[in-house]
Amino acid sequence: MESLGVLLPVPMNAYLESELARRYKVFRLWESPPERRQDFIRANAAAIRAVVGNSKAGADADTIDALPRLEIVACFSVGLDKVDLAKCRERGIRVTNTPDVLTDDVADLAIGLAIAVLRRLCQADRYVRSGAWLSKGDYKLTTRFSGKTIGIIGLGRIGLAIAKRAEAFGCPISYYSRSEKPNTNYKYYSNLVDLAANCHVLVVACSLTEETYHIVNREVLDALGPKGVLVNIGRGPHVDEPELVAALREGRLGGAGLDVFEQEPYVPEELFGMENVVLVPHVGSGTNETRNAMADLVIGNLEAHVMNKPLLTPVV
Amino acid sequence: MSDESPPAEQPQQRPEVLLLGPLVPFLDAALSNKFRFLKPCESSLPLLDFLAAHAVSVRVLLCSGPSPVDGDVLARLPALELVVASSAGVDHIDLAACRRLGISVTNAGSAFTDDAADYAVGLLIDILHHISASDRYVRRGLWPLKGDYPLGSKLGGKRVGIVGLGSIGSAIAKRLEAFGCPILYHSRTRKPSVSYKYFGNVRDLAAESDILIISCALTAETFHIIDKQVMLAVGKRGIIINVGRGALIDEKELVKCLMQGEIGGAGLDVFENEPVVPEELFHMDNVVLSSHKAIATPESFRNLFDLVSANLEAFFSNQPMVSLISE
Repeated sequence: MESLGVLLPVPMNAYLESELARRYKVFRLWESPPERRQDFIRANAAAIRAVVGNSKAGADADTIDALPRLEIVACFSVGLDKVDLAKCRERGIRVTNTPDVLTDDVADLAIGLAIAVLRRLCQADRYVRSGAWLSKGDYKLTTRFSGKTIGIIGLGRIGLAIAKRAEAFGCPISYYSRSEKPNTNYKYYSNLVDLAANCHVLVVACSLTEETYHIVNREVLDALGPKGVLVNIGRGPHVDEPELVAALREGRLGGAGLDVFEQEPYVPEELFGMENVVLVPHVGSGTNETRNAMADLVIGNLEAHVMNKPLLTPVV
Repeated sequence: MSDESPPAEQPQQRPEVLLLGPLVPFLDAALSNKFRFLKPCESSLPLLDFLAAHAVSVRVLLCSGPSPVDGDVLARLPALELVVASSAGVDHIDLAACRRLGISVTNAGSAFTDDAADYAVGLLIDILHHISASDRYVRRGLWPLKGDYPLGSKLGGKRVGIVGLGSIGSAIAKRLEAFGCPILYHSRTRKPSVSYKYFGNVRDLAAESDILIISCALTAETFHIIDKQVMLAVGKRGIIINVGRGALIDEKELVKCLMQGEIGGAGLDVFENEPVVPEELFHMDNVVLSSHKAIATPESFRNLFDLVSANLEAFFSNQPMVSLISE
């Protein structure tokens, strides 16, 4: 049986790569200079039956069109925004992702970012390292996290995990979702602006689709307000980034904890000078334990596909 | 005090409270409505001389910040019946002397519990996910230049050993349970009402923990309770979080262990000689440093005001105190 040809568009994880290389023929797209990548794909299209994608690159319409033998897209992420799902469905291409194994880490980070922003953890660390505690005295007061109302956009696996953690801090939970979820005591808002107006910390935890692109816009930011904090552990394009920067600059928004940005790895430099933001480089699922588990799931899905067994975590 | 003034001309006297240490302005103003503060800090006399001259009939002392209430102070307050501390920690108060003299002591009770617990959890997530370190990385423009930040370590499933399961320790435990952490603890006495595994000493606790969180009182017994043996026991990937008092940890040893990679990281809100922080720590990305501000929120200070007010009012109306410290 022909070895599965796997296209890897960007470097992702050493363990994942070595496991892929042990089993399959791996085509590393980034090893070609950008202007030669189309040629690279064309040259190897006959052998490529699988693509491994992530938050940076996956299988868009052009890529799918260039790979007539593509059978499966296995994502090293739970987000599928870099995969043209409709096209995959049309072509009968299977798609898998890595749900559940990264839920805890991402939810932990969401809470960690909220506390870091409200309590100015990073700023205090900076303050101490600069010697300011000695020369200027105590840092200013910061506001309590416990008991603050948390508004969650998207009550899926990650949203629910965030809610469960926040409840342990006595935080009332409300949410916005396409539809109200049965079996929760959390307060549902059918309108995101209303949710934003009625919470203190707004967390983006939904998937990125055409409908949720720029779902956090100026109106939502204004509703969240001068004491409100936005936490984004979803995707950069969930938030209208220039509007976010303006809202922070003008004091219309109280603060932001951001793991994702519209043009990673580029972060608006104006944010670098702000003490009410925390900026981390898309570390959401970035722990050794979780990335290993994600890699195992990608391999598991590919193996199942090769053996004609049911896929572990299929989306399409 | 004149006995000859006609009663109608004498204003209602607010009860007198000796104030040691500066009070946050809002607390000062709010409490001054109900109590008449005797303030040695406003006098040019040295403290002990001031007390000898002016505090002979003082029945209540409000001790703000770490101003020491030691034998010398107590000796000059013959009428003292109550010390109201504005902090959770009372290591700056000679409790044994107070006990001998029949002086009650109240502290901040659970006024600060939520904020201290939140801070401990925040420091822990920061260390494991490199929040402060990678925030620095991003702000230095390194993400486009050097690529993704090295991977962190998952919190869920890590064994959390809590040293001191009082109000703050319990609140930390409750929070971390929601993150999927098994909780273990050491305390002076076992707590039958909790299901967490108990350890009679800190070294044994450390040996079975991935993370140690220090939330106990500083006393003669707990001074340097986190020593080299404990640090070696928690191990090369172990994390230590301190929201108690700096002197609970042998700081010199901690710095050595961090430099030698004997422990994995530390989140520290308190230090042995504040505001001095060992400079070796400034070059480390696996520590998060903070300026003793875990409870520095307006919400905690409002709680404190309510509590101090309640204790003082209870005292002056012969009611039971609200937050007497237990021995």
